[in-house]
Amino acid sequence: MMEFPFALLVGLFFAAAVYLMLSKFLVRVLLGVVLLGNGVNLLIFTNGRILREVPPIIPDGHDVPTMLTANPLPQALILTAIVISFSFFAFLLVLVYRAYQDLGTDNGNEMRAAEPENDPLPPTGY
Amino acid sequence: MAASTADLSAAFLMTPVATADWLVVLPPAWCILAGAVLLMLRKSLHLQAWLAVPALAILVVLDGLLLSHVLANGPVTMVMGRWLPPFGIAFTADLTGVLFALAGAVVALAGAVYAIADIDGSGRRYGFYPFLLLLMAGVSGAFLTGDIFNLYVWFEVLLIASFGLITLGSEPRQIDGAIKYAFLNLIATTLFLATTGYLYGIFGTLNMADIALKAAAGRDSLPLMTLATLYLLAFGMKAAAFPVNFWLPASYHTPRIVVAALFAGLLTKVGIYALLRTLIMLFPVEREELSFVIALAGAATMIVGALGALGQSDVRRVLGYVVISGIGIMLAGLSLGSPGGVGGAIFYALHSMVVMTALYMAAGLMGRLAGSFDLNRLGGLYGRSALFSGLSLVLFFAASGLPPFSGFWPKVMVAKAALDIGAWWLVAAVFLTGFLVTIALGRVFALAYWRPAPEALPATAIPASLLLPLAALTALTVVFGLFPDALLSTIQAAAQGLSDPSAYIGSVFPGGT
Repeated sequence: MMEFPFALLVGLFFAAAVYLMLSKFLVRVLLGVVLLGNGVNLLIFTNGRILREVPPIIPDGHDVPTMLTANPLPQALILTAIVISFSFFAFLLVLVYRAYQDLGTDNGNEMRAAEPENDPLPPTGY
Repeated sequence: MAASTADLSAAFLMTPVATADWLVVLPPAWCILAGAVLLMLRKSLHLQAWLAVPALAILVVLDGLLLSHVLANGPVTMVMGRWLPPFGIAFTADLTGVLFALAGAVVALAGAVYAIADIDGSGRRYGFYPFLLLLMAGVSGAFLTGDIFNLYVWFEVLLIASFGLITLGSEPRQIDGAIKYAFLNLIATTLFLATTGYLYGIFGTLNMADIALKAAAGRDSLPLMTLATLYLLAFGMKAAAFPVNFWLPASYHTPRIVVAALFAGLLTKVGIYALLRTLIMLFPVEREELSFVIALAGAATMIVGALGALGQSDVRRVLGYVVISGIGIMLAGLSLGSPGGVGGAIFYALHSMVVMTALYMAAGLMGRLAGSFDLNRLGGLYGRSALFSGLSLVLFFAASGLPPFSGFWPKVMVAKAALDIGAWWLVAAVFLTGFLVTIALGRVFALAYWRPAPEALPATAIPASLLLPLAALTALTVVFGLFPDALLSTIQAAAQGLSDPSAYIGSVFPGGT
């Protein structure tokens, strides 16, 4: 019954991530994305069922494990996801810093370089 | 190693892979190899295009060979590292996947040729061509993989390559667009990953054929609605479906025009492909339950896209909204689920890949000839080049869904499939969208091409490398509009293969299960 506290923890991660992502400041949004990624990793781990603490290693001279072991597949999935989400975090961190340098703000509402507020309407005739 | 006593044939492929089956894995492998070579040669700017264009031509050939192989033999599966499904990762090429991969390769080849003149030395130094090849690795891998976690990995491969492409140039407006694009797409793929975690918890497998089998067997007791709804949200976000489409008009007009062309052709369609794969093949019953929601989202996407296109003065932003309106038509076809609806969605996706890429290329030429993308300042293009104007008009009609171009047939298929079940309001939305997009693009033609130039334009010649890919893609939409029979029957077979995946499953588990 280890799944239940883990499920609660995943829910907490998601709630905190959503709260942070609703902010208009990009650094908080970024932290929210990181938290969301970690919440998802924990979710995959819990979904793989928490059975045994025995590592899934096959002893010498055997073809199959001799006892029930932990499920290795979620760990492989999470490892992949960690590598990917960490590289994205690094990229986004640089992007946000660059945006702060170039646009002079980290407030998403004030970032109107690509979509100016008073964009003219197309002409109605000529 | 000590002699093994266990029988490995249940988990391992004991015979070598047939030579022709290697084709399944070659498109992404080839792209990664070519991308790596281009990355090593990134200082040799003059070599980049000369290597990338042939590499992408070879990709088109590989996808074409794979298509003929699949047409002759049905779905083809290749397993990685000899591990048999469901233990190892399998690549399975069926008609839908190969058709998407082939259209994507054609679009990328056209983009690579267009980029010879459009991407300058600094863009090449920054790595345009390596990014393009890695983007194609992600796109081809996503279309050909038979494993849902592997699909996630390919999504991330194409996403990180697209980040590189969208920030190429590093202007403030690009940074602004990239922020919105990057954050929202990353959240969408994270949702996809979360759903895949749930799916693994429910089924204990990640192989799509295996999931389809287990979903059919345990439909009554498993919480499959949760999975289908979450996938709809995650992939809907990737496909820019209303109301989660706001990243697209915020970003697609900012990068270099050839980058925007490739994104418009490739990225949203990967989302549509994933929706087709999950909702039609894996969870058809749940899709049926959700069909009204998907149809509403589709109708709203169409209308919002068409109205957005009417309200913009920047040609590139008009086109961004036209992309969105097309996504709505694909969603409408998806929501119907009948062979006609799914076939229409696949056909429209292929049409949209070609036509939207060509339209952005045309917008690039408008900007080059008239010095602006703003409808308030554009003018006199017809006088500059009648050939270019003719090509543009064909593309405008094709995107609006007027006959005899390729956008017409899928709209007919979707409308007919909607009429068959009496969803008249969906048909009305399809026609209203066609009408509004015709007005929006017709106005672009009237203002930018027919209106006399507001100021004397500098004489600019159109380089052949810009006109050639545009003309080639336009020729494709004309040919498939005039002679749709061969493509239509292939697409119907593809839609059939999605709705009834027994051939797909048979290819993954040749010995039965």
